[in-house]
Amino acid sequence: MPAPRKWGGDLPFLLENLILKDFRIRYRNMSLGILWSLINPIVMMGVLTFVFGYVLGNNSIPAYPLFILCGLIPYNFFAGAVLSGTTSIVENAGLVKRVIVPREVVPVASVLSNCVHLGIQFCLLVAIALFFRLPPTRFWLWLPVVWSLYMIFVFGLALGASAINVFIRDTRYVVESFNLVLFWLVPIFYTFPVKYGVVYDFNPVAALVMAMRNILIDHHAPAASLVRNMVIAATVTLTLGAWIFQRLKIHFYEHI
Amino acid sequence: MSALVFDHVTKSFPHHSGARLLRERITDLMHPSRAQRIGVLKDISFHVPSGDGLGLIGPNGAGKSTLLNLACGLSAPDSGRIEVHGRVAALLELGSGFHPDLTGAENVRINAAMVGLSRRQTADRFEEIVEFSGVRDFIDEPLRTYSSGMMMRLAFSVAVHVDPDVLVIDEVIGVGDQAFFAKCLERMHRFQAEGKTILLATHSADLMSRLCQHALWLDRGRVVTSGPVQAVLEAYKSSQTDSAAAAVVRA
Repeated sequence: MPAPRKWGGDLPFLLENLILKDFRIRYRNMSLGILWSLINPIVMMGVLTFVFGYVLGNNSIPAYPLFILCGLIPYNFFAGAVLSGTTSIVENAGLVKRVIVPREVVPVASVLSNCVHLGIQFCLLVAIALFFRLPPTRFWLWLPVVWSLYMIFVFGLALGASAINVFIRDTRYVVESFNLVLFWLVPIFYTFPVKYGVVYDFNPVAALVMAMRNILIDHHAPAASLVRNMVIAATVTLTLGAWIFQRLKIHFYEHI
Repeated sequence: MSALVFDHVTKSFPHHSGARLLRERITDLMHPSRAQRIGVLKDISFHVPSGDGLGLIGPNGAGKSTLLNLACGLSAPDSGRIEVHGRVAALLELGSGFHPDLTGAENVRINAAMVGLSRRQTADRFEEIVEFSGVRDFIDEPLRTYSSGMMMRLAFSVAVHVDPDVLVIDEVIGVGDQAFFAKCLERMHRFQAEGKTILLATHSADLMSRLCQHALWLDRGRVVTSGPVQAVLEAYKSSQTDSAAAAVVRA
C-alpha cells in the first residue's frame, strides 16, 4: 500500500473556510438566517414544558424550562452533527474525488459547522439560567471539560459513519432512525431513572445531559464515574472511528 | 530529477461501483467469482523530468483521467509505485471544489485553502488571482451566474497562483476564449521555465504540442507508444485516419 501523499497546507485556515462555506450556504437564502438556530430550541422548550410540565403535571422539577434545555442542547448537537457528519463524504463527492485535500477534514468540518448553532444555543442557555436566578458558578468550569469529551466522541462517530456511508448508503437512514429513538432514550424532559440505569449508563449523550444539570442547576461537579465513562466513550469511539476511516478512505474514489 | 514517476502501475475498478443493495452484497458473498474488476490501467511505467510537460492522448475510456487521478493521489493503484515530488495542483473538472451559491471571491479563498495556501499567502495572492482571471467585475456574484468560461478562468487562475510543482490538467482548459488561452499558454511556459512540471490530458493536438515535450498514447489502459510529442501525435493521428477510413470502407 503506497504511503498517503503529504498535503502540507494550513489546516486551521482550511477548516475555517469549510465551516464558513457550510454556514453561508445554509443561511444565504434565508430571511431569518441564524435566528433559526434559536427558534427551534425555544419552540421545543416551550412545547415540552407545556406538555410535560402542565398537561401531564410534572411540576416537581425546579426551573423546568432550563432543565429541558440542558437536555435539548446536547441532543440537538448530537443529532445534527452526527447526521451531517455521516453524509458529509458522499455529499462532498466533488471535493473528495476532484480536489487534493486530506479527506478527514470533510467530516471534521461538518461536525464543527454544527458548533455555530451550538454557540447560539449556549447563549440561550445562559439567558434562561440567569432568568431562573442560577448565575454562573465555579462549577461552570466543568462545561469545557465535558463538552470537549463529548466533541471527541462525536468526531469519532462522524468519521466512522461517514466512511461506512460511502459503501452502505443505508447508514444515513440508520442514523436518522437512531436519532429519533435517542430523543426518548436521553433524559431530556424527565429525570435520570435510577431503576433503569443500565439503559443510560453507557450513553454519552445522557451522560452529558446529566453533567449539564449537575453543573447548571444542582451546582455540583459531575460524578467521577460519569466523567470516567465519558473519557472511555470518547477514546474508544475516536480510535475506532479514525481506524475505520483510515482503512476505507483509499477506496472512496471508486465508490462515490 | 524526475518530478513524477509511474512504475508498473495497475489500476482496476470494482464492477458495480457506488451504492449497492444488501441483496446484491449477499449474492456477491455467495458467488465471489462474480465480483470481477474492470482493468483500467495495465502496467503503466513512465517518468516526467522536472520542467517537462507530458501530454496524454488516446480515445475516450483509454484511462487518461484515471491516470491523472492517480498522479494527484485521489485514488490508489492496485499495484505499482507512484512518486510525485512537490505540491500538486489539479484542474480536473470544471468547477470542482467550487460551490455555485458562493461568490467568486469566497470560492477563490476556499480553493486556495484546499490547495494548501495559508491565510497570509491567500491574502497576498488574492488580488493577483482575481486580476489574472479577468472576472473582477463579477467576483462578488454567486458562481452560478458565471459562464463556464468564466468559471474556468477563475479555477485556472487559482491553480497557477498556488505555486504548484506539478500542474495536472484534464481537458478543462478548452472552454476559455482565445485571449485567455494565450494568457494561459504564456503563464504555463513561464511555469515550465521555472522547472515546474505539467501533466496534461487533451484531445487538442495543438495545445499538446505547445505545452508538452513528450506524449503518451494510451489505449484501453495500455501504453501504445510514448516519446517526443510530435512523433506520438503523428502516429496517433495516422491511426485515427486509418480507422476512420476503415469505417468509411465498411459503410
